Amino acid sequence: MSDPKRTTIAGKAVTITGNDIDTDRIIPARFLRCVTFDGLGEHAFEDDRKQLSEGGEQHPFDDPARAASRVLVVNANFGCGSSREHAPQALMRWNDGISAIVGESFAEIFFGNCVALGIPCVTASPEDVRTLQVAVAADAGLEVTVDLEAKQARFGDHSIAVDMPGGARGQLLSGRWDSTAELLDGKGAVSDVAKGLPYFAHWK
Amino acid sequence: MGKSLYEKVFDKHVVRTLDSGQHQLLMGLHLIHEVTSPQAFAMLRERGLSVLHPERTFATCDHIIPTKSQLRPFADDLAEQMLVELERNCQEHGIRYLSPDDGEQGVVHVVGPELGLTQPGMTVCCGDSHTSTHGAFGAIAFGIGTSQVRDVLATQTLAMAKLKVRRIQVDGQLRPGVYAKDVALYVINQLGVQGGVGYAYEYAGTVFDGFSMEERMTVCNMSIEGGARCGYVNPDETTYAYIKGRQYAPTGDAWDAAVGYWESMKSDADAAYDDVARIAAEDIEPVVTWGITPAQSTPVGGKVPEPRDFGDNERKVVEEAYAYMDFEPGSPIAGKKVDVAFIGSCTNGRFSDFEEVVKHLRASGKKVAEGVRALVVPGSQKVRERLLEAGYDKVFEQAGFEFREAGCSMCLAMNPDKLQGRELCASSSNRNFKGRQGSPTGRTLLMSPVMVAAAAVAGEVADARQVFSIS
Ligand code: SF4
Repeated sequence: MSDPKRTTIAGKAVTITGNDIDTDRIIPARFLRCVTFDGLGEHAFEDDRKQLSEGGEQHPFDDPARAASRVLVVNANFGCGSSREHAPQALMRWNDGISAIVGESFAEIFFGNCVALGIPCVTASPEDVRTLQVAVAADAGLEVTVDLEAKQARFGDHSIAVDMPGGARGQLLSGRWDSTAELLDGKGAVSDVAKGLPYFAHWK
Repeated sequence: MGKSLYEKVFDKHVVRTLDSGQHQLLMGLHLIHEVTSPQAFAMLRERGLSVLHPERTFATCDHIIPTKSQLRPFADDLAEQMLVELERNCQEHGIRYLSPDDGEQGVVHVVGPELGLTQPGMTVCCGDSHTSTHGAFGAIAFGIGTSQVRDVLATQTLAMAKLKVRRIQVDGQLRPGVYAKDVALYVINQLGVQGGVGYAYEYAGTVFDGFSMEERMTVCNMSIEGGARCGYVNPDETTYAYIKGRQYAPTGDAWDAAVGYWESMKSDADAAYDDVARIAAEDIEPVVTWGITPAQSTPVGGKVPEPRDFGDNERKVVEEAYAYMDFEPGSPIAGKKVDVAFIGSCTNGRFSDFEEVVKHLRASGKKVAEGVRALVVPGSQKVRERLLEAGYDKVFEQAGFEFREAGCSMCLAMNPDKLQGRELCASSSNRNFKGRQGSPTGRTLLMSPVMVAAAAVAGEVADARQVFSIS
């Protein structure tokens, strides 16, 4: 991967409205029969898309004008449900790849999975999210900039405050979101802690 | 001020504090399965890393395994490929594989406790959100993503932030015909699907004191449905009696030392909590979900709510639920015709779940209604074996249920067990998300196993207390 630092992400945006959008909707379980994450992108939101198109409507992910979107705008508790990383993997493999998500709130495991992939999930107030969603819905060409450093999302003449818990934000800004390397650094202390646990050696 | 079990166990496992403010936390038990582990092993291979503590990771297969016959090779090529991959990874890294051939296979959250792997005061993780189940033993147990599975394999640790703790105290006496599943659904209904975000749930009170380990597991299992990444019950004599003598339980002096450690990890009487929720057991009725989130539920005697019962925030998902479920707001939930009945999953696929249903089927002599497809899927091979020994398979079959092999089955339908079209399913599983049971338009009503059986014999959602004369 190129520079791992995530300071600003700019691009076109796509919005999915509604609270509690779960991981089974982001990537239906039948697509999990796989041993790699390749190819998940095209199935993102597949059932929602199908359902809408059968009803004569169009899901934002089916809108050709949105295909190049890099920023996803959502509402509350996005990504609830399963811990499967397939959900963010599908989003980052959809077309050009979703590279940042702005929402009211995120489910915890989903949030962590995104950070582990270098995808910032930033929160904004419900009003600001709505403003952004309306603006994005009105203009498929609208450029949205998620500025992690300044804690802002900018679009058109607007700028809204966004936030992300300090630790995760710091990891993305410094490019140290790949946890394995950092955890390996602490390897030495692992055996000391293990020794203090009466159960740890039982299954040796 | 004293400390909660969560805090004590967390502190005991901290390796160091990371720059991000998170903690590097040692993992006591790591469980893996075929869906979320292959990519993690691939990442290890890419980086030339090995597994640090292979003896503390255990594997099984559950999600994709067919339940009509477990004979290999599976008809589904992709499923077969996933299993081959799992076997290869376990072999290559010296990880113990609880395989169908050894009679130890089953849903990962059923087999861990069953083999005595899950113990109090441990940290337990697995690439599966229902890992919260293991909290029933007084363990800190949570689901992780695939990149984290890689982290645990490589370092036996995870980067974790400390959660807040909410004590959920359920006191009093559950009414007859009200089960652990109803407690779980009631808690989620009261606190909402987002209520637990940022929290670990500590379940307590006389109801939990009196619960068996299997009942405690049912409630802890669904913590994640309420947004809480983990939920636990403080260990007690019930816990120790369950663990004692199991394959991986400590023995002799090690047992005594273990009990000493377990006792020391319990929440102090004066522990500080970030929040406390109190629930009166008598308020809980048999619960049925009517929508597309586990919080969208009603007592079985209740109605599908009206839109005006909800605030602006919830309205969108409520309207979506009406459209998807095709239920009339204000109509009673009882009497909805069901097409499929499913008893199984890591929520309600243990021996006592089936035993309770058998008791009522036997006493009533009732049979599955015409036109209803009814499935009994044991949570593990060992559960299945016990059911066979007790002759319960016959009771189920005579009542018109199909008695299957162990696996996740129709809980998320990654195997051939799926709903067709818009079928409505009474299910003892944990998620009623859109499309969850294999058909993109299939519909799920969550309820207790006995309520599923009542729906199966009545052919419609029905109050099990009436169907089976429970009083
Ligand atoms: S039974 Fe259902 S919830 Fe449990 S592990 Fe299997 S698929 Fe997940």
